[in-house]
Amino acid sequence: MARDHMQAAIVLAGVTKKFGAFTAVNHVSLTIPQGEIFGLLGPNGAGKSTTLSMLATLSNPTHGNAEVWGFDTTTQKDEVRKNIGMVFQDYSLDDELTGFENMDFHGRLFGMTAEERGKRIHELLNLVDLGEKANNQVKTYSGGMKRRLEIARALLHVPKVLFLDEPTIGLDPQTRRKLWDYIAQINKSQGITIILTTHYMDEADALCSRIGIMDKGEIIALDSPQKLKAKLGGDIISLAINPSFHAPATAALSEEKFVREVKPFDHHLNVVVENGAYAIPKIMELAQKNKWHVDSVSVKEPTLEDVFIHFTGKSLREEEGDEKGRMRNMARMMGRR
Amino acid sequence: MEFSSIYTIWLREIKRFMKDKTRYLGGLINPIGYFVIMGFGLGGAFSDVVEGGNYMQFILPGIIGMALLFTSIFSAISVIFERQFGFLKEMLVAPISRTSIVIGKVLGSATTAMLNGVVLLLIGIVFGIIPAAQLNPVSILIALVFMLLIASSFVALGLALAAKMNSMEGFQFVMGFLVMPVFLLSGVFFPIANLPDFLQVLAYIDPLMYGIEGLRYALLGTSFISPFIALGALLIFNGLMIAVAARLFKKMSA
Ligand SMILES: Nc1ncnc2c1ncn2[C@@H]1O[C@H](COP(=O)(O)OP(=O)(O)O)[C@@H](O)[C@H]1O
Ligand SMILES: [Mg+2]
Repeated sequence: MARDHMQAAIVLAGVTKKFGAFTAVNHVSLTIPQGEIFGLLGPNGAGKSTTLSMLATLSNPTHGNAEVWGFDTTTQKDEVRKNIGMVFQDYSLDDELTGFENMDFHGRLFGMTAEERGKRIHELLNLVDLGEKANNQVKTYSGGMKRRLEIARALLHVPKVLFLDEPTIGLDPQTRRKLWDYIAQINKSQGITIILTTHYMDEADALCSRIGIMDKGEIIALDSPQKLKAKLGGDIISLAINPSFHAPATAALSEEKFVREVKPFDHHLNVVVENGAYAIPKIMELAQKNKWHVDSVSVKEPTLEDVFIHFTGKSLREEEGDEKGRMRNMARMMGRR
Repeated sequence: MEFSSIYTIWLREIKRFMKDKTRYLGGLINPIGYFVIMGFGLGGAFSDVVEGGNYMQFILPGIIGMALLFTSIFSAISVIFERQFGFLKEMLVAPISRTSIVIGKVLGSATTAMLNGVVLLLIGIVFGIIPAAQLNPVSILIALVFMLLIASSFVALGLALAAKMNSMEGFQFVMGFLVMPVFLLSGVFFPIANLPDFLQVLAYIDPLMYGIEGLRYALLGTSFISPFIALGALLIFNGLMIAVAARLFKKMSA
């Protein structure tokens, strides 16, 4: 299979997925070049898993089509499957079997010979530091170890593209950070294209070369984390101010030349300005004059969270999603005791 | 056919069985309980109802069929968990056909269910319940064939249900409206000829009845229904169930 090196790893063209009358993914078009770590960032229910499930051939788009490594995801399913590794959001190991047996099962299903399996399983288990646990039942593993095993398993048949659906969901911060290192290292050492979904902005920021921000089934922004943040421009001054003053303060601040944008958020007003240090005294002056009660002021550089708020007017976190999303996350965490 | 994937999926069921034999063999407690209690409790009352008069002998094939029915259905229905939360997706994303997944599952679960049946068969042999005349390789082989057909048919039926059911909530329904009638009408405890006509009609469409009649032929040397008819009926049911399960798995999206 001679493939043009310039060809994209993934192409989505007008992909829509409907469940009955409900549109989970709405006309998404996207090209992901080879070698990239691409992130789909969005709250629970945004349509991230549904998108990956279509890319992984597990469900067909209602409209549009998708290609992975040059193969169509509806008409060339087996070719697509051979070229992808999938780590599902849901826990997908057999707890009763050992780490080695889980890997071995996968290798056999992908038609690997005993020799190929034996060699590569040990290589990969060592890569994710599970070599010594190979013969322990998976139910004795910690949450982070289980996730690492799932990643190693997805790499076993030497895929070209690795999908990671919420790779660090339900893990403690330290384990999450370590997992990021593994993911970055795998991208480098195996030269593999990685598509991950996440609702953690720090994760997208730390790992991804490009990010698609997804909300309600649509990609609403697409760029590198740096550029997305630069688009907001300047600094964000967060004013803790009683909500009863939000309307007049927004009106008054928006009048000022040095203010780019004012967005209410929780009990705060987020004021986007060019230079925070310079703007604070002016804002405080206004507050004093108008007798707004400001409890605290902070300046920060924009994060992806702010980018998300900018595009959607809501926080990633407050969108803890629908009932089903929550249930699945619970199940995921329980699976990883 | 993808023999190596079928073998792989079969092998997984066997490995799981080997790691937790007690749980699987726990499925024997019920059948043995029924066998002992019904056997002793009703044996006297029923001795004139069944031919030859040995009631324990009469119910043993039925008890084996019952054990196969329940273990097969339970094992297949556990796929609902795998489907909702996990492992099934690992198989669905592999480059193998849905039919191979179904056949691998059917053979794997049927094998572990049959091990339960074999234990009951051994009890029948050791305690001299099976007549000495039937203790020959041919009869035992016929019995094993019927056991495999019963087990694999009901695993396939369970898989078809699991492909359609989204939660364990439907399970009560399946137990009440499918498994219990199949069990009660199969003639485990009494000859179906004793049933009133309208119930006899239902018994004749009960696939387990044919399985148990086949087992009676193999283990007791006599049966109410010809073993050829029993074999034919079971083969048709078996093929039908596997085809339906494979079809539903193909249509299922994860
Ligand atoms: N099989 C399905 N049937 C009906 N609705 C579904 C199904 N799968 C997902 N959805 C809905 O589609 C939306 C997107 O879900 P999902 O892709 O899982 O979101 P995310 O992964 O971004 O959290 C949610 O509202 C979810 O409830
Ligand atoms: Mg998801």
